[in-house]
Amino acid sequence: MATVATPATPAKNVNRIGLPRADYKGLESTLCNGCGHDSISAQIITACYELGVRPEGLIKFSGIGCSSKSPAYFMSRSFGFNSLHGRMPSVATGALIANHTLHAIGVSGDGDTGSIGFGQFKHLLRRNLRLVYIMENNGVYGLTKGQFSATADIGQEIKYAGRNDFLPIDLCLEAIVSGCGFVARSFAGDPRQVVPLLKGAFSHRGTALLDIISPCVTFNNKDDSTKSYAWGKAHDERINDFTYVMPQEEITVDYAPGETKAVTMHDGSRIVLKKVDETMHDPTDRLAALRLLEEAREKQLFITGLLYVNPNQPGLAEHERLGQVPLARFQQDQLRPAPETLSKLMAGMF
Amino acid sequence: MTMLEVQERPVPLDDRQPIVNDFSISVATKNGSGSQTANTALLRALFKMGIPVSGKNLFPSNIQGLPTWYTIRVSHEGFIARRPRAEIVVAMNPATAMEDRKSVEPGGVFMYADDLKLQTDRSDLAYYPIPAKKLSQEHEADAKLRTYVANMVYVGALAHLLSISLTEIESALMFHFKGKRKPVDSNMKVVRAAAEWVAANLEKKDPYRVEAMNATSGLIMLDGNTAAALGAIYGGVSFAAWYPITPATSLADALNAYLPQLRVDPATKEPTYSVIQAEDEIAALGMVLGAGWAGARAMTSTSGPGVSLMSEFAGLGYYAEIPAVIWDIQRMGPSTGLPTRVAQGDVISAYFLGHGDTKNVCLLPGSINECFEFGWRALDLAERLQTPVFVLSDLDLGMNQWMTKPFDYPTEPMDRGKVLSAEALDKLGGFKRYKDVEGDGIGWRTLPGTDHPFAAYFTRGSGHNEAAGYSERPDDWENNMARLGRKFETARGLLPRPVEERVDGADIAIISYGSADPAVAEARARLAKEDVKTSYLRLRALPLAESVKDFIAAHPRVYVVELNSDAQMCQLVRLHAPELAGRVQPCHHSDGLPLTARWITEAILKLEAA
Repeated sequence: MATVATPATPAKNVNRIGLPRADYKGLESTLCNGCGHDSISAQIITACYELGVRPEGLIKFSGIGCSSKSPAYFMSRSFGFNSLHGRMPSVATGALIANHTLHAIGVSGDGDTGSIGFGQFKHLLRRNLRLVYIMENNGVYGLTKGQFSATADIGQEIKYAGRNDFLPIDLCLEAIVSGCGFVARSFAGDPRQVVPLLKGAFSHRGTALLDIISPCVTFNNKDDSTKSYAWGKAHDERINDFTYVMPQEEITVDYAPGETKAVTMHDGSRIVLKKVDETMHDPTDRLAALRLLEEAREKQLFITGLLYVNPNQPGLAEHERLGQVPLARFQQDQLRPAPETLSKLMAGMF
Repeated sequence: MTMLEVQERPVPLDDRQPIVNDFSISVATKNGSGSQTANTALLRALFKMGIPVSGKNLFPSNIQGLPTWYTIRVSHEGFIARRPRAEIVVAMNPATAMEDRKSVEPGGVFMYADDLKLQTDRSDLAYYPIPAKKLSQEHEADAKLRTYVANMVYVGALAHLLSISLTEIESALMFHFKGKRKPVDSNMKVVRAAAEWVAANLEKKDPYRVEAMNATSGLIMLDGNTAAALGAIYGGVSFAAWYPITPATSLADALNAYLPQLRVDPATKEPTYSVIQAEDEIAALGMVLGAGWAGARAMTSTSGPGVSLMSEFAGLGYYAEIPAVIWDIQRMGPSTGLPTRVAQGDVISAYFLGHGDTKNVCLLPGSINECFEFGWRALDLAERLQTPVFVLSDLDLGMNQWMTKPFDYPTEPMDRGKVLSAEALDKLGGFKRYKDVEGDGIGWRTLPGTDHPFAAYFTRGSGHNEAAGYSERPDDWENNMARLGRKFETARGLLPRPVEERVDGADIAIISYGSADPAVAEARARLAKEDVKTSYLRLRALPLAESVKDFIAAHPRVYVVELNSDAQMCQLVRLHAPELAGRVQPCHHSDGLPLTARWITEAILKLEAA
């Protein structure tokens, strides 16, 4: 949010751009009580409020499913587009090429992304569109009442669908191999981790994937499910502590040397990672991130934190050489070539 | 294809009057042998001689090796439809030579590469063996290029026999090779050698020849896909997404070729456009809808299978009311069908594309000029009507070279439709996205990023009220659909009117559209010679104009001429005028090839006799 100016005398109960938290709220949720998705919505509100995101400068995109309903439940002053099942990436691509100056959140689920939308997901990452992609991952189809999704664990049993016999797709792994430059996993029940990750994701110049385990209280919240609250709370193993430092802000956290790693993002903000055990995962090392995920899968560990970051890869807007003025704002003078160009062109035809 | 066996009638070769500027040439070659250079050189040379001409490439879905034919129609009367058989057949492909020989019009010419082992048992034909291999070996040092320049042998041979100007062949090659002297010279060397060889070795035994005319001055030659791309560029297209598919690919190619020349901001050197090759047609239309929603002038180009894939997004665009332009360069279906052959087979599928109650605006270009005009007009209509607009071209129009008048600069300023600015929102104190303020069924929209607290709204394909809020209320649903109905009627009034020609005393009328037009025009002239008067209405858009009903009412018998198997437009015309449906008869045909005047004439006479 490099464009945000700090007011001279900060008023009470407003953020950096003078807006109260209420201006970041959405409609009342119609999801089940206790749904992980509502908790993520609340964390999006917090992150955007604290960053001072101008609500009108943000677009919310989604596909179809419980997760995809949630953009209605945060930031009503932002434009929203609830598109088709699995097709949010293409809609977001078109909209953000038309206006690359806007920030964008895409909310999807494990059905929307891992099955019907898997192709569009991979191609979105390949093009590196500047989009905060939030995967609300609960391993189950909610709106159609409890079928397995492609991220469900092998051998898992749920009431409606029975036993799942197929290997799960790890969307963080898929993201890294597709060239995504910001990949993190987190847990809806851990706002202290989700909020700073969201802030860091907003500073990324390409697609930032946040795979957030978000329990479905109705269809997949039995304690032995790896997508349940109980499992998440008991098994959440952070690979790093994550602090987001805005551009021009001082790093005030004091860590012993060797304990931290700082990564400067494209907009000048920094993320500071603190190690949580003896080994320090280097999130700028792509192979190390892949190895970490593979080891976690073998040992059935629920690792969370920033897995991989590469702030340098150009985004799609740079690739398309989009300038200061968004394509959507050009008028006839810029869009319609002059009459003499047509005469010249016609004269050059056979 | 020219596969029909003809009745062989012996014609005394010597007694015939010369036949000038009125015949067809069909050249049979192998796909990928480089014959396009030779064929377009012939076509362009004839055009530059001032003779009305058309060229149609009848090609296989293949990179190299399968048979391909190119037909050139020469007509002093200006008829440019395909003819079912050619008077002059050039056989360069051993695989089809026997059939090619059978296909020649009675009394015609059969020119063939002299290494083909052929029976010459049709006594009505003039046979001209040409030493293609020998001459190309003698005159092209580079062995790799010999296959290509071998085709120049028939160019030179035909030039001599038919009196086609070598100077114009050279200027055609100069255009083809973009002024590069070296390839022009090496090709011309073979052309001249062939012409000289024919002069020295063959006796002319046929009546066909050309004479310079003045019927093409001021015209240019172009294909419809290039015209469409240029139209879109002058219509201010700022975003295009596409996926490769025959026969639509050349439209995106033309965008990519001309946009960098025409649409780079002179001050900033930055492009005012973006073109994305999507991962499939679903994503292509998804991107277009995203861009159109955000305020870009957005389009895609595809063909039938792509249209099928776009179905769900088309429904979303219709119901969420998002501007988009979809060019459908129609090809043979159903299914994969014949990707390199033509049909007008997507009329019904495009018109009703989407699930639930959906009907889409469709434009029907019938000429190269209309491909250009509808290129810009479609973008205006899409933003005015806030809906996907289909443009139904086809392979014949899109990929073949046609004579055309140079394009007129857009006659109207760009229409950006109903868009509210931040200032307007200040004055209004808010807005409802789907409220029918003016009674035309079209709501006002805001663009993402509009800097005003009241600007935002939530777009969805699910049920919504006029404030764009989620709603499952029956009255909200009914009101919304009724408003979409009003919008559809608004569209009907805004679309290009049909082109009508009523003939006094005509009991018969023809309704047609798109690339069928030249064949219909010629068929009407043929029918007139038989004292059968016909009126003609050429449709240019769906939904059908009200005036179509008056036209039908004025004629006892109306034939809907079209290139598909299910008489698709005929069905729509009958639905449009149910009380007159009894007068409306199908006259349809679909074999993968452009319609011919002969077929239409015979079909109508047969229907009349029935």
